[in-house]
Amino acid sequence: MIEWALAIAQTLLFVTAAPLLAGWIKCCRCHLQNRAAPMVWQPYRDLARLFGKNVVVADTTSWLFRLAPYVVFGAAVLAASVVPLIATHLPTNAIADVIVLVGFFALARFVQALAALDAGTAFGGMGASREMTVASLAEPAMLLVVFTFSVTANTTNLSTAIDHILASGLVLRPSFIFIAVALLMVAVAETGRVPVDNPATHLELTMLHEAMILEYGGRHLALVEWAGQIKLMLYGVLFIDLFVPWGIASQLSWAAAGTGLVAVAAKLALLGLVLAVSETLVAKMRLFRVPGYLGFAFLLGLLGMLSHVILEVG
Amino acid sequence: MHALDALPLYDQAILVMAALVLFSAFALLGQSRMFSLITVFAWQGALLAITSALVAFSTGQHHLYISAALTLALKAILIPWMLTRMVTHLGVRQEAEALGRPALVLLAGAALVVFSYYVSLPIVHLSTLVTRNTIGISLAIVLLSMLLMITRRQAMSQVVGFMAIENGLFFAAVASTAGMPMIVELGIAFDVLVAAVLFGVFFLHLRDTIDSLDVDRLNRLNEDVD
Repeated sequence: MIEWALAIAQTLLFVTAAPLLAGWIKCCRCHLQNRAAPMVWQPYRDLARLFGKNVVVADTTSWLFRLAPYVVFGAAVLAASVVPLIATHLPTNAIADVIVLVGFFALARFVQALAALDAGTAFGGMGASREMTVASLAEPAMLLVVFTFSVTANTTNLSTAIDHILASGLVLRPSFIFIAVALLMVAVAETGRVPVDNPATHLELTMLHEAMILEYGGRHLALVEWAGQIKLMLYGVLFIDLFVPWGIASQLSWAAAGTGLVAVAAKLALLGLVLAVSETLVAKMRLFRVPGYLGFAFLLGLLGMLSHVILEVG
Repeated sequence: MHALDALPLYDQAILVMAALVLFSAFALLGQSRMFSLITVFAWQGALLAITSALVAFSTGQHHLYISAALTLALKAILIPWMLTRMVTHLGVRQEAEALGRPALVLLAGAALVVFSYYVSLPIVHLSTLVTRNTIGISLAIVLLSMLLMITRRQAMSQVVGFMAIENGLFFAAVASTAGMPMIVELGIAFDVLVAAVLFGVFFLHLRDTIDSLDVDRLNRLNEDVD
């Protein structure tokens, strides 16, 4: 019983901390670009403002359009409950493995794209088609990363995999170098960050993700944006869990949980800083170069798998 | 993977270097600009030097330090510098080569890695060294460099591919058999240097004859030579 309560508490922490990470990244990026930075908790204010507004829905839309934000947000919360944030071996970790996690992302994306088409606007359709193009190329790379990792850890369950990594100590795995870079590249593409998409853009023609949610307002928009922030944090925590899990709590005690919280917060802050630096250094690429970018991520995943088979097993 | 856990950290590092050298061979395949091609080639040389220093440290064979230093000096600094100077001299420094179907070439490269792993399996079973798995990787580097030579038309890229083949052979010698006799190593190192000089002369002749470094134009008959 206490474990379920802890699992729910961890999920709630995950969901409520996600806007903070987004705010932190924006803050870092503004400082790096010599702009006046907003407060770190600005995303909370934005969400509160959006929740306070009335919902305006276009006449041409169906129930699907109104349902989509809840499905997207629900999928993000479910995904957040599966990924260990500060402690492993919680009952929610046993519900789903990494492949189901990828499935949650796919479900949210699918419903989002349908809702974007539902309104019947040009930008919605364009955004949906672009998003699906990127997703269809990013998903194979993501799955290769997941498969390589699962083959190494002999499990697709995240909690058990973290145990395996922690138990084997410091091992230099050639395959992990490749899949870590591949996962970062996929994460950047999937969460719509700079080389692939610009989250702060106001120019409809260059939008990928934003073009899909142009029609939303009020609490619908708040839910979709919050889900986006959770997704960003999910990829960050997934990266930490897979490659640098040291510090995570593997037994139930206040001290272990405190260490886990501090460790994951520090790692996420560092990862956010790295993302902000890379977004400052790199320019957004043309849409037609995105397949090349994701093809490279796929190649890295494939090299990870091959180097595991050739160098680590044989 | 239990085998990997049991290895000492230096041997793990050698395996990581093997993976990185393999990656640099892929990076060569994906580069279209002459200058970045030579930069990646220089990095490959530096990785090879680090690998042989690591092998020297972990096996205690001190003559490999000399070959590491030689590799660093020749393959990471001198030859890339000569190639860069040649590229600047010939005015093709920023020239980008049109790569036909880059994704397909990279996937073909991945297929070559699988092929060389399959081919080298029987050889791997004969060896007792912990880093014997690098034989497949070295063969893959050689094949990938050949693929680079096949898919490019610029003479410059083909020369970089040729040098990368030698890198693959050197890697095989260092990582999977703990080094060749010193005299062979010295000979090969200077052969490569001489090859780089000869290629420079070859480039100049090529440009004088057909006004381009595109070797595909050698297939066409030219009537107004004289």
